Amino acid sequence: MPADAAPLGANTLIQASYFVTAALFILGLKRMSSPVTARSGIWWAGAGMLVATLVTFTFPGMSNYELIIPAIVVGSLLAWWSGKRVAMTNMPQMIALYNGMGGGAAAAIAAVELYRGESQGYAISILAVVGGIIGAVSFSGSAIAFGKLQGLITRSIRFKGQQIFNLVLLLVALIAGALVALHLNAAPAVVSAFFALALLLGVTMTLPIGGADMPVVISLYNALTGLAVAFEGFVLNNAAMIIAGTVVGSAGTLLTQLMARAMNRSLGNVLFSGFGDTGGAPTGEVTGSLKPIEASDVGVMMAFAQKVIVVPGYGMAVAQAQHKIWELCQLLIDRGVTVKFAIHPVAGRMPGHMNVLLAEAGVPYDLISDLDEINSEFETADVALIIGANDVVNPVARNDKSSPIYGMPILNADKARNVIVIKRGKGAGFSGIENALFYLDNTRMLYGDAQKAGAELIQAIKAVG
Amino acid sequence: MTGIVALYIFMLAAFTGYEVISRVPVILHTPLMSGSNFVHGIVLVGAMVALGGAHTPLEKTIGIVGVLLAAGNAVGGYVVTERMLEMFKSSGARGAKPGSSKGAH
Repeated sequence: MPADAAPLGANTLIQASYFVTAALFILGLKRMSSPVTARSGIWWAGAGMLVATLVTFTFPGMSNYELIIPAIVVGSLLAWWSGKRVAMTNMPQMIALYNGMGGGAAAAIAAVELYRGESQGYAISILAVVGGIIGAVSFSGSAIAFGKLQGLITRSIRFKGQQIFNLVLLLVALIAGALVALHLNAAPAVVSAFFALALLLGVTMTLPIGGADMPVVISLYNALTGLAVAFEGFVLNNAAMIIAGTVVGSAGTLLTQLMARAMNRSLGNVLFSGFGDTGGAPTGEVTGSLKPIEASDVGVMMAFAQKVIVVPGYGMAVAQAQHKIWELCQLLIDRGVTVKFAIHPVAGRMPGHMNVLLAEAGVPYDLISDLDEINSEFETADVALIIGANDVVNPVARNDKSSPIYGMPILNADKARNVIVIKRGKGAGFSGIENALFYLDNTRMLYGDAQKAGAELIQAIKAVG
Repeated sequence: MTGIVALYIFMLAAFTGYEVISRVPVILHTPLMSGSNFVHGIVLVGAMVALGGAHTPLEKTIGIVGVLLAAGNAVGGYVVTERMLEMFKSSGARGAKPGSSKGAH
């Protein structure tokens, strides 16, 4: 970077600090990729952010400090307050919210640059426009994603020709953007129309997507925000923004693919179909009957087992039963029973979410196994305890080609000697598909709220003595 | 910086992001997504520069919104990531619970 290339390059302290920040971000993300070092990872990245923010106050030609400082203080306090009190089960939508804010900030940077209208060359204007549309879509799209997961928006709005409508919307937004970027007509009205269309596009793109697919969408918007930040970094000639934004853009894209794969969906499928929350016409008939069991019998069965594998689902988290279940498992471990937790990638609201919920209850992460590690172990397990999980243990995914979840990798809980299902009622799963596992000969149903059932099982095991 | 240097930075950063994430176990996906969400909070410095150079009331208004949102992204992203990662402990760290991997009967 030649020092005279831009006025921004002049200040060595700022450039050196941004260099340190970029290094701290990458090292921080690296540390976050192992459970042992993960916690220090966020501290490293946080230190990088602090350095970059403080040094930016010394930027040459900065003014409006009386606006900047209150805006930072207010934004930080609101985010701090909301971030501290959000429940772990609501974490996915909170991430969506904060991510949307980042996208909105990137769009705001683009807006300031474009409204100012000073000619900066085509390349810079084009980057500002592209970053602006991505940021704006991420902003309004994330807001919708938040509303859906928070239960504020309960219906998926779909109409005929919706995809054509979205495509037209995108094209019109791009035309407005091109007028601005190519300096053909950069009147404020055109700039306003461009941003309005981009914001509307984020809304109409996200509305038809069902709640089950939302994690993938949130992850995608996270990657998009990174990209928008990188593009605005080019506009502002800011290396820290370029590097951090691009790293997040590519890492987020990979993460999105991993999530989509874990759910057996392709990204295109998530964005353009709309299976996510179909009422689901249950297909394939199931033979056999549901066989109930009492908690005391389950207690005896587990107390004298060699190995118990617990399969938790979102239902357990909603019932806030993870603490009770961990208490139960500790009793078993003290008796010498091997206890493991089997986590399907989509057991929570998004991959890894269930791990966070279990960690909150104090379950050590080395007792938790993912699908590939644990699936061969079900055959040697005496008991598979299913709590609030449904579709992720449904064997029809293996063999019923007509089922909507056919092909989805599942946990082989049906291979365990005994399968105990804790379930509130007789309803079908999130996708509305009947679960063949519940009807197997080695399956027993323990009806009741997960919290209450956990307490009963603890009593039952204590009674065994 | 010149265009071609910027392009190099873009490419290398893209590969870095991919490599850093590719070895992540599933159990860390959610915290990591949250952590990367925090990292793009660096948009705060850009928003500060944009507001710092704003002149008209319109530019200032948009700039304030940008800084507010960016600060929310950075601080909120940090707080929730820290809260999630703080809970990750191994059974070794818990101390008193032996025999978790060996089922001596």
